[in-house]
Amino acid sequence: MEKAMRDAFGEALVSIGKENDRLVVLDADVSSSTRSGKFGQAFPERFFNTGVAEANMADMAAGMATCGYRPVISAFAIFLALKSTDQIRNVICYNNLPVIIAGGYAGLSDSFDGASHQSITDLAIMRSFPNLTVLVLSEADDVEPVLRQALEIDGPVYIRMCRNSSPVLNKKEPLTIGKAQVLRSGSHITIGACGITVPMALAAAEELEGEGVEAEVLDLGSIKPLDRETLLESVSKTGCFLSVEEHSVLGGLGSAVAEVLVKSRPVPMDFVGVDDCFTESGPYDPLMEKYGIDSKSISRKALGLTARK
Amino acid sequence: MQTLKLSNKELQAQAQRFRIDVLKTLHDKGTGHWGGSASIADLLTYLYYRRMNIRVDEPQWEDRDRLILSKGHASPMLYAVLEGRGFLEKGTLSSFRDLNSSLQGHPCMNKTPGVEMSTGALGHGLSVGLGMSLISRMKGNSFYTYVIVGEGCLNEGQSWEAIMAAGKFAPEKLVLLIDYNKVQLDGTANEIMPLDPLADKFRAFNWNVSDRTFDGHDMESIEESFRWLDEQTDGPSVIIYDTVKGKGVSFMENSNAWHGAPVGDDHFEKALPELTEQLAKWEDD
Repeated sequence: MEKAMRDAFGEALVSIGKENDRLVVLDADVSSSTRSGKFGQAFPERFFNTGVAEANMADMAAGMATCGYRPVISAFAIFLALKSTDQIRNVICYNNLPVIIAGGYAGLSDSFDGASHQSITDLAIMRSFPNLTVLVLSEADDVEPVLRQALEIDGPVYIRMCRNSSPVLNKKEPLTIGKAQVLRSGSHITIGACGITVPMALAAAEELEGEGVEAEVLDLGSIKPLDRETLLESVSKTGCFLSVEEHSVLGGLGSAVAEVLVKSRPVPMDFVGVDDCFTESGPYDPLMEKYGIDSKSISRKALGLTARK
Repeated sequence: MQTLKLSNKELQAQAQRFRIDVLKTLHDKGTGHWGGSASIADLLTYLYYRRMNIRVDEPQWEDRDRLILSKGHASPMLYAVLEGRGFLEKGTLSSFRDLNSSLQGHPCMNKTPGVEMSTGALGHGLSVGLGMSLISRMKGNSFYTYVIVGEGCLNEGQSWEAIMAAGKFAPEKLVLLIDYNKVQLDGTANEIMPLDPLADKFRAFNWNVSDRTFDGHDMESIEESFRWLDEQTDGPSVIIYDTVKGKGVSFMENSNAWHGAPVGDDHFEKALPELTEQLAKWEDD
């Protein structure tokens, strides 16, 4: 069974909007794609389509937040992270304003549109801003609970979502801010993944079992704050760590984990992600495979890593 | 509303005292922006002493009028006026840009009472003000949002995104106040990035624009500009003030050299008597 995060996003906004009359949503002319337009249909007076002007949209939301309203800004992740970087840093984060920054079509998921639309540096940028909570959703069922948690936080939150349908994981709990979830226990290697790569990591763990390797799989979608305790506990047991993300290997989840491990418990590490290059157009799954973001690549790197212990 | 019963002449004198306070502070600190601070002294004084619906003892009062100083480098003048009006304790201005001071180099809303938005990176103010004014309308037209920009802000593309969006969303209590001193850091506006015909640009974006510009250093003229504003009934409004960068010190006026240069002893000793002499004229008239 599969469901797209963006569909869940549109539905969740409507559902929360019924209960919270201070929820306002802004989109930059992609509301039919991100599905924030569903909120616009339900609550036209609380929906603002700002046109293709992400910078202005981000600061408008900041102004609204200062007046006690709870804005969600919605657009493609790459344009939020790069066209409104200054606004997110200098106004939203500097002032610690409760704006939810909802980046859709993240990673390579806008696959046919090519490098201009593929967001492989957003985590590196967002992670470096003080006050900002950074979350990567791994399935559609995460969307509404995470939005509700984000609305309880008195500060800005970046939520990264994939465009395409993805497997329903039937996790015990939805993504929880500040918590890692152990999806599978193992003793030979820790595989920490986020977003759409979580099911790939689980599939790789199945493959590894056939090779005699027991992999522990963590959903590390709460990139910031990162659950240091669960992470350290896991690597203390397994002795090595493989990060998996639909992002550049520079500055994303792998870097966040490395920053923790190098200080507290250095262990052999390796990284699955886009290897510091611009990506290209194509069908989503073959595109991901081309850049080594698939279960086979995860298994291969995991085997190499366990051999280094 | 906590208004003060000051005449225009008294307001004019008060603005001049703020110029003197700021010049002394910038001289003492050896840092800060004189040119753009001096050019908005009269407008800020009018706003905070005559126009704005504010509560000094309750800076976060929900229905207060908002003022965003988008040209955040003019922070010393904003701080001087906030101190004069009672938002800050007397003497706070002297800690401008000090380590651990509540007065940052550029305005910070979380450190300084009365500052509505952190600014400094140019071009943000109008977008933020648009967001505030849309909430004002949603809540029943309760408060005005004033945004002060200079040429530098209007060089930024984001300002024009905001001008376009304000034309679309048309909040009636959004007011853009342009400190049009025609000089920016690297030279004159005409050399660096010409903005004329400025009023026509706003008309084309469906803003309310007055038929004339106003003298940003004359309280009667500033008062007239707000009488014009009060006649506008819908949509965003822009008021263009002719101002002089570095106003009040003859050798600093209209000069990009005094955008942000430190005020050394020699220059301070020449400048202070000029400002004091003008103040005496307002006080004696």
